[in-house]
Amino acid sequence: MRTFVGIDLGSTTTKAVLMDENKEVIGRGITNSRSNYATAARVASEEARIDARFTLFRRALHVGEAGHEHSAEFLAALERNFRLIQFLEQLDDLEETCHRQLEADRFKSIAGPLQEALHIIFARLRQEAASLYAPGAKRKSDFFRDIAGSRFHVHAEAVAREMGIALDMVLNAYDKSIIEVENRPPGGDLSDKFRRAVARMLAADSHAADGEGDFAAMIESALGIELEETYLVGTGYGRVTLPFSKEHIRSEILCHGLGAHMMYPGTRTVLDIGGQDTKGIQIDGHGIVENFQMNDRCAAGCGRYLGYIADEMNMGLHELGPLAMQSNRPARINSTCTVFAGAELRDRLSLGEKREDILAGLHRAIILRAISIISRSGGVTDQFTFTGGVAKNEAAVRELRKLIQENYGEVTININPDSIYTGALGASEFARRAVAA
Amino acid sequence: MTVIVGPKTKPPEAIKDASMARQKQMVNAHYDRLASAKERGEKVAATFVPGNLNELLMCFDMVNNLPEVNAIQNGLRRQSGGYVMEAEKLGHSEDVCTYVKSDIGMMAKGNIGPNGKPLPDPDVLLLSYTGCFTFMKWFELLRRQYKCETIMFQTPYLADGRITTDMISYMVKQLRQDVIPKLERISGVKFDIDRLREYLRKSAKAEDDHVWVLQSAKHKPSPIDAYFGGIYYIGPIFGAFRGTDDAIEYYKFLRAEVEQRIAQGKGPVTPDGNMGQERYRLVVEGPPNYTNFRQFWKMFYDEGAVVVASSYTKVGGTYDYGFRHDPDRPLESLAEYCLNVYTNRNLPMRVDMLENYINEYQADGLLINSIKSCNSFSAGQLLMMREVEKRTGKPAAFIETDLVDPRYFSAANVKNRLESYFQMIEQKRAGFRGAA
Repeated sequence: MRTFVGIDLGSTTTKAVLMDENKEVIGRGITNSRSNYATAARVASEEARIDARFTLFRRALHVGEAGHEHSAEFLAALERNFRLIQFLEQLDDLEETCHRQLEADRFKSIAGPLQEALHIIFARLRQEAASLYAPGAKRKSDFFRDIAGSRFHVHAEAVAREMGIALDMVLNAYDKSIIEVENRPPGGDLSDKFRRAVARMLAADSHAADGEGDFAAMIESALGIELEETYLVGTGYGRVTLPFSKEHIRSEILCHGLGAHMMYPGTRTVLDIGGQDTKGIQIDGHGIVENFQMNDRCAAGCGRYLGYIADEMNMGLHELGPLAMQSNRPARINSTCTVFAGAELRDRLSLGEKREDILAGLHRAIILRAISIISRSGGVTDQFTFTGGVAKNEAAVRELRKLIQENYGEVTININPDSIYTGALGASEFARRAVAA
Repeated sequence: MTVIVGPKTKPPEAIKDASMARQKQMVNAHYDRLASAKERGEKVAATFVPGNLNELLMCFDMVNNLPEVNAIQNGLRRQSGGYVMEAEKLGHSEDVCTYVKSDIGMMAKGNIGPNGKPLPDPDVLLLSYTGCFTFMKWFELLRRQYKCETIMFQTPYLADGRITTDMISYMVKQLRQDVIPKLERISGVKFDIDRLREYLRKSAKAEDDHVWVLQSAKHKPSPIDAYFGGIYYIGPIFGAFRGTDDAIEYYKFLRAEVEQRIAQGKGPVTPDGNMGQERYRLVVEGPPNYTNFRQFWKMFYDEGAVVVASSYTKVGGTYDYGFRHDPDRPLESLAEYCLNVYTNRNLPMRVDMLENYINEYQADGLLINSIKSCNSFSAGQLLMMREVEKRTGKPAAFIETDLVDPRYFSAANVKNRLESYFQMIEQKRAGFRGAA
């Protein structure tokens, strides 16, 4: 099966989309770009390939079709087992790497106790791993760094206390290792991992496969479909660091324009708030970019700014929007410089203003900047599409709707649940066209 | 594979053609002449590039010192960053024109010229005001520093888009009653109009070849880059050489060089040698960035983008619509010259000019380099861009840098926009079907 890959190497996250010849997205993958772009690209495309396999499994198992009600359950169980296997593999890698760190001089004096502490911590991590992937278990993030990191801290604290050793030394071994582990591309044969996942779930619950046909055989036949990567197009700030030739690179402005067009063919104006920059893009009826404007000299108002605010308030990035939504009286923060707005945040907090009101005001300040960039690119034309990670933030969306309505009246505003993949989607379509042309 | 030019990568020696080498000699000789002017008892006039009265100054045996050119030279030599910071220490705001700050900073650090020798104090500041308010403030600062006389030559702004006889007579009156008498007094040389006529005759001769060179970009492929290369082509005519035999010789030489390139079907010479295949023909509005000049240019020629016409190369005078210095109408022609300078033109005139360039030079689109610290260029650029887009149907793009402040050149950002723009042109050309 011919597939076309689009990779969007953003400053915060790297996204990959796998498209088939019928322009259908069969797989999506995402990872953080913090480690390095080359690894991020490999991890994201591996994730997209995994996701594509699940799409093929869904097709093979007729998920969603009448008479195949058990298929979905089977597939969900398979995914949980597969993720668990992946997690355990990376955990092994992390443990090995941590132990290697102990050979360094600074650990020499307490290498023995540290080694023991690590054994205990990793034993506990392994023990609880299954529960992290149990049916109904909720995870705040799907990134290994986030899941393993938060649990490691919990266990390390307890073990250090029990053993009477310095916690910072244990954490130091972890900190030195996690980047290395993150930088290692996922290894091993993918099909083999799926087979192991099937075997694991059948071993735990032999009834899992009871249903409409021989699930294991169906999975096996889906695994037999070869996913041939016909062409790849990269986009985003990291694109030049990859060994892509010019023909394999498109700017993210073009990719977001085309991606938004594919999601909503009627769209004429696109706003993308990315990690480091905000773009206002005007496109024609074919998704071809007519004009664009970006922020320059100052990245205030970009996605990353929300990260600063979250750190400032000691909150998770994803908690910001929901908290801001609770506000009925948003603070009026008029600074177009969101770093100044940050100063106002501290000032207002000290005056006892409500956090949700200040946050709502900050979301408005960010969107005000975006509105300015959009107007410079030529304003808002029906339909308008909001892309990028910030499109998931409901408080930002609320302010955007309000300001668009105030400035441009009734305009259709599109926000796709997969908005974060818009750039990668456009890139994959460029890849498809490169071969089709 | 894309080659990344990092700040630590030492680029290979820039390739220069013979005319560039020749110009370098001319510029060096001029700076040497400036540095030793006082020893020879020569008087020095500081003046601006747009609408400068070089021929008139020559009539009084004065040597011409151009603060803007010093700032540009210091930008190219990576000295301006330190000078700008120095000026900020003295209290000048971050938003002030960085030509001014580079100049002020250079003075604060001993007024050493680009040739490493101290520049002389001017005997007169001749301000031929052509559309940039900053010039007045700049010379106010210099007057305080040098305590010398300032002559203000007022050029009416072309608000209605045309030159009237009243404007000309107003300017000629200033020349007769104020500018010339003062220059006579300061220099001790009596004004001789025939001498001026002779210089103007020489100017017109050089101007003919200069225009021919700029218009050679109508060829496909264009034998020159009319923005990055254009910076070199305007050097002698906008600087201290207009009216001299040196300028005539330079442009004759340059023209022969370009003729040869056309005959050989060659594109422009870049610092990395002959440019590869011409893929995009652009019109550029706004000054270039000088602190990262070569890196900036590379972003164009690496992609096969050549600038076929630019407004910046008209900042010291627009000749391509027929204006020539006229020995038969000497003072009137000096006035007309100043009135015609690009920054003295209103926005509709600038839009018309850019539109014409796109059509005449068969360009793929318009690129605007908006300068953070230059209001006389940057004001209204977005509106100009939209209007040109509307009239020509060609795509336009907007980048933002600065003149000589290295802090305001973000290579990643500029490159990202430029690449997006080139791909946008490509995509538009291909239309929907081949939009890959």
